[in-house]
Amino acid sequence: MIWVDTIIQGILLGGLYALFAAGLSLVFGIMRLVNLAHGDLIILASYLILILVTATGMNPFVAAIVAAPVLFALGWLLQRFVLNRTLGDDILPPLLVTFGLSIVLQNALLEGFSADSQRISLGALETASVSVGSLSFGVIPLLTFASAIGVILGLNQLFYRTGIGRAFRATSDDATTASLMGIRPNRVFATATGIAMIVVTISALYLGTRANFDPSIGPARLIYAFEAVIIGGLGSLWGTLAGGVIIGVAQTLGAAINPEWQILAGHVAFLVVLLVRPRGLFPRGND
Amino acid sequence: MSILSLQNVSKSFESLKVTDGVSFDVPKGEALGIIGPNGAGKSTLFNLITGNLMSDNGKIFYDGRDVTRVPAMRRCLNGVGRSFQIPQPFEKLTVFENLVVAGAFGRDTSEAEVTQACAEILERTEMIDRANVPAGQLRLLERKRLELARALATDPKLLLLDEIAGGLTDAECQSLIQTIRDIHKSGVTIIWIEHVLHALTSVVERLLVLDFGRVIGIGEPGEIMESREVREIYLGIEV
Repeated sequence: MIWVDTIIQGILLGGLYALFAAGLSLVFGIMRLVNLAHGDLIILASYLILILVTATGMNPFVAAIVAAPVLFALGWLLQRFVLNRTLGDDILPPLLVTFGLSIVLQNALLEGFSADSQRISLGALETASVSVGSLSFGVIPLLTFASAIGVILGLNQLFYRTGIGRAFRATSDDATTASLMGIRPNRVFATATGIAMIVVTISALYLGTRANFDPSIGPARLIYAFEAVIIGGLGSLWGTLAGGVIIGVAQTLGAAINPEWQILAGHVAFLVVLLVRPRGLFPRGND
Repeated sequence: MSILSLQNVSKSFESLKVTDGVSFDVPKGEALGIIGPNGAGKSTLFNLITGNLMSDNGKIFYDGRDVTRVPAMRRCLNGVGRSFQIPQPFEKLTVFENLVVAGAFGRDTSEAEVTQACAEILERTEMIDRANVPAGQLRLLERKRLELARALATDPKLLLLDEIAGGLTDAECQSLIQTIRDIHKSGVTIIWIEHVLHALTSVVERLLVLDFGRVIGIGEPGEIMESREVREIYLGIEV
């Protein structure tokens, strides 16, 4: 029974990694931009939610709803005025610029909030659980996993059922041709990054309530996100969820055997998937 | 009145002059054919007209306005449509989605406003039974028809066709010619680059000959094909 429990904890943890990865995957899928500052943007969003909670005493879920449009705007402006300038045939400039942005964000957060670790408190909800038979599930991990599914369903609806979604797919396919159809690729990209920042806000809410965070932990979260995206097969959102779950389960199983093996087991699982399926579990058709 | 007017337009790639002082006018409603040997700068000329490339000097007027420095997206909204020589559909979108995206953004309106028009265009271009197929799975003729259909979805006043008949069988070519004729009859101005001369001359009213980026002749197709210079340069016949 302990193993069933461990695996379920791992699956639910995978929801959090899938949330980290969904924003990264969205941006990569549309504009082939690898955002190395993605993890730090999640931490930035966590601090923003923390500020709102401590300054006004509002519920963290409400704070996340308040923070989301602010972060959408930040993402929109970041893409429109900084990252769009780096896009082109050469893949190096966006890597360098987002790497630089990562360092700037970490140091700005360190300057603003010190290196002390923080946590967003949810009160009684933190320890709440529901029992099914002899198993019990934390409410927060369940909410995290449900949010991951909600985010992926929402993004799929957006991609396949709306005009802006079709513009995303058309621009991702061929930005030059899209501009001949009256699409403004720069604005499409800015909107995509804005939407990714809403996903970042949701990730930040669960990251900040689940465990302590400090300005330096962004890159480690970025690694899990990367691994989930790559296991899933670049650009597939459901694959990203599968990737998150694989890493989550590997980590909890590793930790159950020996607590020192938690992180290592996740990375080993990633390497094994790469060895067996070099293009990930659900590779996109032909790119 | 001319819908398009080029005045002394030039474009170089490093030391290579691809478009060299090109000037011509296209009256509204005309069908103009462009011919010339490979590398004459025909596709570059289209890129300059659509705004994918910016000219080094000279002026381009479209619909009475100077559009020399206007970006491609804006020219599309103003009614410049284009099909590519090598079809470039959005491969992961269905045929219908390809049109809807072009229609909604190209006319700056909502998808709901253009779905009816897009369905009619698919009907006209004989692509309606392929509407829900991902564009990446289409065959050559279908891809060419999609190029045409998608350009039409943006509701162009000026339609640029880049070698749309190349690589088709005679029967396929005939039905495509009929479609293009119908589009022309509906009042759309057409500029058509084509190597398949009989296809071109069965539609266009005037022919322009390009060689090494220069206009070496423009006029009624019969006269142009008779001229000594065109026969020497284009057809490679010693007269």
